[in-house]
Amino acid sequence: MRYNRHIILPEIGQEGQDKISQAKVLVIGAGGLGCPILQYLAAAGVGTLGIIDFDVVDLSNLQRQILYGSASLGKNKAEAAKQRLQDLNNQITINTYTEKLTHSNAVDLFHLYDIIVDGSDNFETRYLVNDAAIICNKPLVFGAIYKFEGQISVFNYKSGPSYRCLFPNPPEAGTVPNCSDIGVLGVLPGIVGTMQANEVLKIILNLGTVLSGKLLCYNALTLQNSILKINRNQANIISVLKEKDHFKNKSSSFNCEITPIEIQFKDALNKDNIQFIDVREAHELPKVENINVTYIPLSKLETSLHKIDLSKKKALFCKSGMRSKHAVKVLKELKINNCFSIPQGAQDIVKYLEKNKQNHGK
Amino acid sequence: MHIHVKYFGQIAEATKLESETIECHGTQIANVLNIIYAKHELLNNKKFTVAQNQEFVDPETLLTGAEIALLPPFSGG
Repeated sequence: MRYNRHIILPEIGQEGQDKISQAKVLVIGAGGLGCPILQYLAAAGVGTLGIIDFDVVDLSNLQRQILYGSASLGKNKAEAAKQRLQDLNNQITINTYTEKLTHSNAVDLFHLYDIIVDGSDNFETRYLVNDAAIICNKPLVFGAIYKFEGQISVFNYKSGPSYRCLFPNPPEAGTVPNCSDIGVLGVLPGIVGTMQANEVLKIILNLGTVLSGKLLCYNALTLQNSILKINRNQANIISVLKEKDHFKNKSSSFNCEITPIEIQFKDALNKDNIQFIDVREAHELPKVENINVTYIPLSKLETSLHKIDLSKKKALFCKSGMRSKHAVKVLKELKINNCFSIPQGAQDIVKYLEKNKQNHGK
Repeated sequence: MHIHVKYFGQIAEATKLESETIECHGTQIANVLNIIYAKHELLNNKKFTVAQNQEFVDPETLLTGAEIALLPPFSGG
């Protein structure tokens, strides 16, 4: 009787309900998006639900994370969610994972499920989830929110595009604010998460048109929806697949960009808090004059870290932009952030400074 | 050519507009972006992807559409 309203729908019937009971769905994050996703999937009777979240319930979560109440405060979210969901539906299996999702555990975990749902709240996890879904060849139901707007899509579904086909690399850390920094309308993740749950059920039931190859942009204030077409970028997907064998060993640090960040010399010059670093060897000419330059040859980079001003942005240059690029990579691995490579060589920099001599006072 | 430009999320905040119509004589989407950058200085450090006539495209693509949308990534959940 529990699933009567599904079963009497000719589009679902007992056969469809059996498909739902056999489905295994992993939900990443049991927060603003995760709560409504889990609530509807549990109620619908998804046979096996996985919940991964290392966080604990906080008072500020209750405004939108609707599975929790005062009694859940301080409890792990995956565990607290399970408690509520098992009360809602005791006929399903709920697996909880109270650790952080990382490169080392993601692939093994994803292999246990049919569909992955992203309800995470940061780019590091979103790119990790996307890449692991590609590697495991699992459909990924994506949802993300910003203040009053939401983005929803289904990635990696029947050879469709992935998140990297839309945004190839994560934005620089700290450039895109999060709900905890700027706030979010409480009902918004409810709407977006419910749309994600709907996509999950459509995939399980093979019903309607799955939101693959399209991004739905929802605006809660104007109620204007846009559906934008996403094309598969084969090169981006291949570059993820290439990492398959050493995916587990990848560090989960945020800066997983494929190419190091570059900065044009003229843009670097306009920044106030910047340290210019020449990574050429001491004998190389021309010397860059008229601006403050720190000399750290690439060969001595790792033993000269004390010369780097951690309070400033670092703009590195060399003869052609190759060594500076390499130096940025090395510094990143040493967890020294805010380093940029100037693609112009020293010769071009000297020429530029000569030409613009009167315009800058640095 | 008149181009209708739509902004989303942080991009709409930086431009203080949800959409606007601009005049562009260039042949590439990049030409439209240059006009937008010149108009809205706050966009300079913002990350976004571009759609032309409701389809995401490379900015090097030829300008063929009447509508361009600038869409930033969201991380919230």
